[in-house]
Amino acid sequence: MMIRVLFFASLKEQLGTPNVEMETTANRVDELLQQLIEQNPRWKPHLQQGTLLCAVNQQLCDTEHPLAVGDEVAFFPPVPGG
Amino acid sequence: MAATTTIRIQEQDFSVADNYEQLRRSAAYGAVVTFTGLVRELVDAQLSGMFLEHYPGMTEKALQGISNEARQRWQLGPIQIIHRIGHLQLNDQIVFVGVAAKHRADAFAASMFLMDFLKTRAPFWKKEVTKEASYWVEAKESDQHAVQRWNDQK
Repeated sequence: MMIRVLFFASLKEQLGTPNVEMETTANRVDELLQQLIEQNPRWKPHLQQGTLLCAVNQQLCDTEHPLAVGDEVAFFPPVPGG
Repeated sequence: MAATTTIRIQEQDFSVADNYEQLRRSAAYGAVVTFTGLVRELVDAQLSGMFLEHYPGMTEKALQGISNEARQRWQLGPIQIIHRIGHLQLNDQIVFVGVAAKHRADAFAASMFLMDFLKTRAPFWKKEVTKEASYWVEAKESDQHAVQRWNDQK
């Protein structure tokens, strides 16, 4: 299934892209992370930062959150606030 | 008429006077509290400005959620939250929170609450720009403590 993955702030700069559209078999966010790392080994240290947050369809969640067709997944650093 | 919540995320500047005029339109409310946040100088670095990024869609939802929570805690009239993004210079306005209520205690408390949650729960990221370099600002523990205070009062 196709999943849209967004990156923000420092993570976006570290990965060098604001988003990727990917065909994936991942059922959960943690599996998706694993596939992102397999496809882009250079991203490993950045995507494995312990402080990283994730959201599915614009709701904060943990990495065990299930994925469905058309979901929008986002990864970003903790929010320092406005 | 249900009180309105206005949430705007924009690059352009805003007018506190115009926002205030919108908040004071109804005779049902006897108090308006407004807060404006500005880009402040840093003590230890020559800040020349900052860059703010948000998550379009999610940020608006988060602010709407925080406003709904405030309405459950206090009796409130119109709420306005305006947050700027993009490149900002020293002394520029960044954020505006305005709350109308029947009585001042609710308006004061709600605007404080909205700011505390906005600083931690709304997805905004800040990059500080100095003459030599620019770097992303990390999450602050003091802001987390400010939010904890509200949870303790529940």
